[in-house]
Amino acid sequence: MNKKNYINHLSGQLTAGQIDRRQFMMSALATGLAVPAALTLAGQAVAAAPKRGGLFRFGVAHGSTTDTLDSATSENHFTLINGYTFGNHLTEVDNNGQLIGELAESYESDDAKTWIFNLRKGVEFHNGKSFSSEDVLASYGHHMGEDSTSAAKGLLTAVKSIKADGNHRVIFDLESANADFPFIVSDYHISIRPAGDMTSGIGTGGYIVQSFEPGVKSVLKRNPNYWKEGRAHFDEVELISIIDPTARQNALMTGEIDAMDRVDLKTINLFKRDPNINIMDVTGTAHYTFPMRLNVDPFGNYDLRMALKLAVNRQELVDKILLGYGAVGNDHPISTANRYHNSDMPQREIDIDKAAHHYKKSGHSGKIPLSASDAAFAGAVDAAQLIANSASKAGMEIEVVREPSDGYWSNVWNNDAKGWCACYWGGRPTEDWMFSAAYTDDTKWNDTNWKTTDGAKKFNRLVKEARAELNEAKRREIYYECQRLISDDGGAMVPLFNSYVSANSKSVAMGEVAANWDSDGAKCVERWWFA
Amino acid sequence: MHSIVKTILERLGLGVLTLFAVSIIIFSAIEMLPGDFGEAILGQRATPETVAAFRRQLGLDQHPFVRYIQWVLGAIQGDLGTSFSGRNASGVDRSREVVGLIAPRLWNTMFLASMTAIIAVPISLALGITTALFRNSVFDRSVNTATLTTISFPEFFVAYILILLMASLYPVFPSLANVDADTLIGERVYRTALPALTLTLVIVAHMMRMTRAAIINLLASPYIQMARLSGASQLEIIIKHALPNAWAPIATVIAFNLAYLVVGVVVVEVVFVYPGIGQLMVDAVRTRDIPVVQGCALIFAVTYILLNLIADIIGIITNPRLLHPK
Repeated sequence: MNKKNYINHLSGQLTAGQIDRRQFMMSALATGLAVPAALTLAGQAVAAAPKRGGLFRFGVAHGSTTDTLDSATSENHFTLINGYTFGNHLTEVDNNGQLIGELAESYESDDAKTWIFNLRKGVEFHNGKSFSSEDVLASYGHHMGEDSTSAAKGLLTAVKSIKADGNHRVIFDLESANADFPFIVSDYHISIRPAGDMTSGIGTGGYIVQSFEPGVKSVLKRNPNYWKEGRAHFDEVELISIIDPTARQNALMTGEIDAMDRVDLKTINLFKRDPNINIMDVTGTAHYTFPMRLNVDPFGNYDLRMALKLAVNRQELVDKILLGYGAVGNDHPISTANRYHNSDMPQREIDIDKAAHHYKKSGHSGKIPLSASDAAFAGAVDAAQLIANSASKAGMEIEVVREPSDGYWSNVWNNDAKGWCACYWGGRPTEDWMFSAAYTDDTKWNDTNWKTTDGAKKFNRLVKEARAELNEAKRREIYYECQRLISDDGGAMVPLFNSYVSANSKSVAMGEVAANWDSDGAKCVERWWFA
Repeated sequence: MHSIVKTILERLGLGVLTLFAVSIIIFSAIEMLPGDFGEAILGQRATPETVAAFRRQLGLDQHPFVRYIQWVLGAIQGDLGTSFSGRNASGVDRSREVVGLIAPRLWNTMFLASMTAIIAVPISLALGITTALFRNSVFDRSVNTATLTTISFPEFFVAYILILLMASLYPVFPSLANVDADTLIGERVYRTALPALTLTLVIVAHMMRMTRAAIINLLASPYIQMARLSGASQLEIIIKHALPNAWAPIATVIAFNLAYLVVGVVVVEVVFVYPGIGQLMVDAVRTRDIPVVQGCALIFAVTYILLNLIADIIGIITNPRLLHPK
């Protein structure tokens, strides 16, 4: 046990009451720590220990009159948080971004095609029914089959059959190998509900729904029989839909709510001055892109694409469009919140000389049209102007075409009439999912039409290979290469990853915060507590 | 009394005709709105085929005239159709009946409007009468200045100032008015205090100045001179002689402001997160949810027509000359 681990171990003992403060100090000092440092550590360990109790009110920037408690229809952040608060899934992404079992104690596969999930024993639904494999079968059946209208249907098309092996084991048989399958089952749509009741909001989660008014609020109470240890600390919870950012921030400042998502960046500097408020800024998977279509002239030219990618001042875009609340992108869609983000690849910076060199090599002359509208993302037109401005230094003339917001996604984006436009992607929790949504040759949303170059062919082969690969190190290697291929040869310019910026009252405490969704992986209710 | 019943029936008939005309205007105005519900809801997924399929599913491919007739026939029977939203990409039809969608919101709006009216109307009348009584005094001038100041500021500004004063610096009332169906009446009044105060500040000036002007106008009439000569006190003159003749314009302006409270308070609803009908309509316009927009617009029209009708009737009943026409 090294020193750091040893001290962590001591902190754990101290908070659990197994040792007292004096013993902690003695042992910590023995490792060579100075007295003040040891004192601070003891204080931090105690402050970080979750406390039970209180009414937690969360202001959500979403919520619609059409929301339901049926996870098959979940689509906005309100239903996401609500669903994760009263329901559990087979697996969960923990606050460090690692996949762990939730209602499945463990899961295994030899060939990535047959997946065995061993279910947790002694778990009860809110209505008293005990959880077993029949509930898993029924819950998955809800999203599968011909007449299912679930939003998760597409995720589960590869599932050939599901079998129960006794009461506490379920076997999934897939059409083709998918090493990410345990990750997919953590998706917020695939909540486990008691067989026969998929829609009334009965789950196994840490909170029980007391009342739910679509588009207004959801009131929940702690589940006294919650199986998960060290989670669900609040006694009562209110999720309140407050769509107007000013009203949301007002509510937090006046103590009407304890936490909120989506801080308005325009007023964030004023908002920050409130001494009782904590601003949290997490880089997630959402990103802004400028896809170039390879089948539209002149974007089929590698040098032209490279020239444009090198002529963007990414940091300027982060500072001006996101007011600093974001991260620069490296022309591929995998974020630092993903497991296999390629951290070895050097960050592409603005390089006017190199850009000019590539532009000259491309042999192109004349205007390059770039279509943008704020329908793509807030500030898209401004971002396009900034790109045009920096590219002009390399001798490229970009003409920013302001498109109408109405019909942007049908007339401009992913349309051969426009070669280059602004776009927004919410990102996906796994690499394979993101690639198959927008970059492989078989998706309709391949908005760059990057299909026929050598790089694209190699990419498509690699993505398929990775699906069947269970070896972590090998998968990492393959996905690193995929990111490099998109970044280098692909048609997407990905200059920005926007952060989730949220705020909470200082009375709320939390551990490490997850980045797979906003609001601590949308599980803030079960993870946070009142200090 | 026979003639008054006849007048009311006449006005009601006219009201129905007006409503019919308004329904045509609403329908054609919405027909002319740019944009398409299919594209608004499908977003990134909107291809010409999916949009066409969507329009077919919603019946938008039918002739506007057919759709108008269906809508009006439904509305007469109290059926405003089914909301468009909710039939989104996930394919699950969880669209709700427009009536069910509007009813709780309308009740909330009516509650806020009544609460504001209960505060604002007596204050305006009292201030209007007293300022007329003490015309050109310091009191008159300061009341006028104060009410004109509050009406001159935009609603959201008044709302934020009230939040700053009464929720942030001196926390008396909550800044969130998020009531729901289970909120008890006492709690409801407490939660809606700030929005009601905001609206009061916004509408008092109009009603108070109209009352004052109507009374002052009458004070120059010969019959008031007569009363004054026969020795009536100033207060007596105003209450007994001037006010009965002033009710008609006052009632009209009160009706106008009450109608505004029902149809025009969306800004206040947004600031205080109050689930009222204004916000519902704005959301519906944003998503091109036509049945909801039409339903709200129709309810607003009914509100205006009914309140104006009531104001007319009050004007007739309180005015002897109109009550007994020659």
